[in-house]
Amino acid sequence: MDCDICGKKAKVHLTQLVGGEIKKIALCNDCAKEKGVTDPTGFALAEMLLGKSPGKPVVPVPLSSGPARACPTCGFTLDDLRRVRRFGCADCYTTFRDEALQMIRGMHKGNRHCGKVPEGLMELHQRTQRLEELRGRLDQAVIAENYEEAAGLRDEIRQIELAVANRNS
Amino acid sequence: MMRFSTLIRNPADWMIGEGADNAVVLTSRIRLARNLKDQPFPGWAKKEQRRRALEIMRPAVEALPCMKDAFSQELDDLTSVQKQVMVERHLISREHAARGEGSAAVIERRQSVALMLNEEDHLRMQSIRPGMALRAAYDTLAAIDTELEGELELAFDHELGYLTTCPTNLGTGMRASAMLHLPALVLSDQIGQVLQAVNKIGLAVRGLYGEGTESLGNLFQISNQSTLGESEETILRRLERVISQVATHERNARDKLLEDDPAMVSDKIGRAYGVLRHAWIIDSKEALNHLSLLRLGGDLGFLPEGTVKSCDALLMDIQPAHLQLHSGRKLSPEERDSIRAEIVRGRLQSLEPPDIRSIRKNDSPDQEPDML
Ligand SMILES: [Zn+2]
Ligand SMILES: [Zn+2]
Repeated sequence: MDCDICGKKAKVHLTQLVGGEIKKIALCNDCAKEKGVTDPTGFALAEMLLGKSPGKPVVPVPLSSGPARACPTCGFTLDDLRRVRRFGCADCYTTFRDEALQMIRGMHKGNRHCGKVPEGLMELHQRTQRLEELRGRLDQAVIAENYEEAAGLRDEIRQIELAVANRNS
Repeated sequence: MMRFSTLIRNPADWMIGEGADNAVVLTSRIRLARNLKDQPFPGWAKKEQRRRALEIMRPAVEALPCMKDAFSQELDDLTSVQKQVMVERHLISREHAARGEGSAAVIERRQSVALMLNEEDHLRMQSIRPGMALRAAYDTLAAIDTELEGELELAFDHELGYLTTCPTNLGTGMRASAMLHLPALVLSDQIGQVLQAVNKIGLAVRGLYGEGTESLGNLFQISNQSTLGESEETILRRLERVISQVATHERNARDKLLEDDPAMVSDKIGRAYGVLRHAWIIDSKEALNHLSLLRLGGDLGFLPEGTVKSCDALLMDIQPAHLQLHSGRKLSPEERDSIRAEIVRGRLQSLEPPDIRSIRKNDSPDQEPDML
């Protein structure tokens, strides 16, 4: 492997956590010295952190190679997303929903928000989350052929949907 | 409106631990990422769109009660040295300083709340406190966030939470961090173990200064990595628990070093004192490492009260852009090293040599308790 700075043969290999991502750094002796990596007080922080720990490696998820798409709001394309691994606008999260869900797999402690909600959206937020939970349970009940429970869940879902529709009208 | 020179003239309370115990945990910081619902994110927006977003956000931000008479500037109107000084003070990010047209910084007079407009996200808001005070820092920022939500329509998704440019910030959009000074854990070779344990819990650790993997000045930052799937409360509680455990380890390590190897500790602190008081050329690495030891000496009682504060102010003031601002011109690296040494000597001029005997005396059993 070659030195990341000058391209000479690398002698020092480091693993570092940068912004939550694991980066491997290879340095030749000169560059290592230059960067103070051999300094006794400048120790290999991440190497110690990760050398023996099983910390899950963060491998970028390859994004599905579906047909070329673009966000109707901002024009950001799937290619852009693959390139920068960031999004163009709030609506991109709708356009590229599947890709977003792929990207966050394993990135966070969970994949459902359960923190602060903007002022005025709380009621809607709770209903939406409740609906999603009920729909999940309905699917389970149908699969298990538990029709009585499924019927009850359908009723509850309909009631919430109705309440939301009434509020919006 | 506040001028740059006024903003920067004095160190903020949080920088020198005013009104808090900051011997081990120097500062607590919360950062929230927010975006406007109907504007493209700054990195993708065209110039006019960035302008537009700024026009939408800036009045709302400037109208915040805490931003009365605040510092509010477009980054384009600041010199690169001014921007760099703000980066060194943690008032804006390095990325923000690099952004041009349409980016702005609005900073509260005491520098404890700073909002970056059009950073990677439309809004990056931070609140900093001295010592261990993550909760207080969060409460301040949550109130500001709620206030802004009354004025601005923010991008929010019922499943993914607050929507951010980079998916690593989704959900709460919250990065909570503390800066810790851990010289005794480093001197006693326990730092690796401790940090490894911290990392295993899913928290990120990095050295504060230094390129790549080196950590200068024994300063470390611990922060949450995950922002989605847990509430702010849960994230803060875990961080607080871990940070106070690390702080306790450091305290214990300090006690044990004094007990096991007082000569080594005295030697390190004495040498740091000697170098800092008498060096005429000092690079930032050497300065940071010696200031760290002097700071330790201050906390252990080898050096008079106020030493820790002086060290903290110096940590800020000896950084490259601060030196340039101080001397009012561009400096070569050689010039920087001699001006740095001059500033350090000046500040520590009246500092008495470390009083090693006072430590020994405190340890002796027949010592009268000096309380009551
Ligand atoms: Zn090299
Ligand atoms: Zn978009």
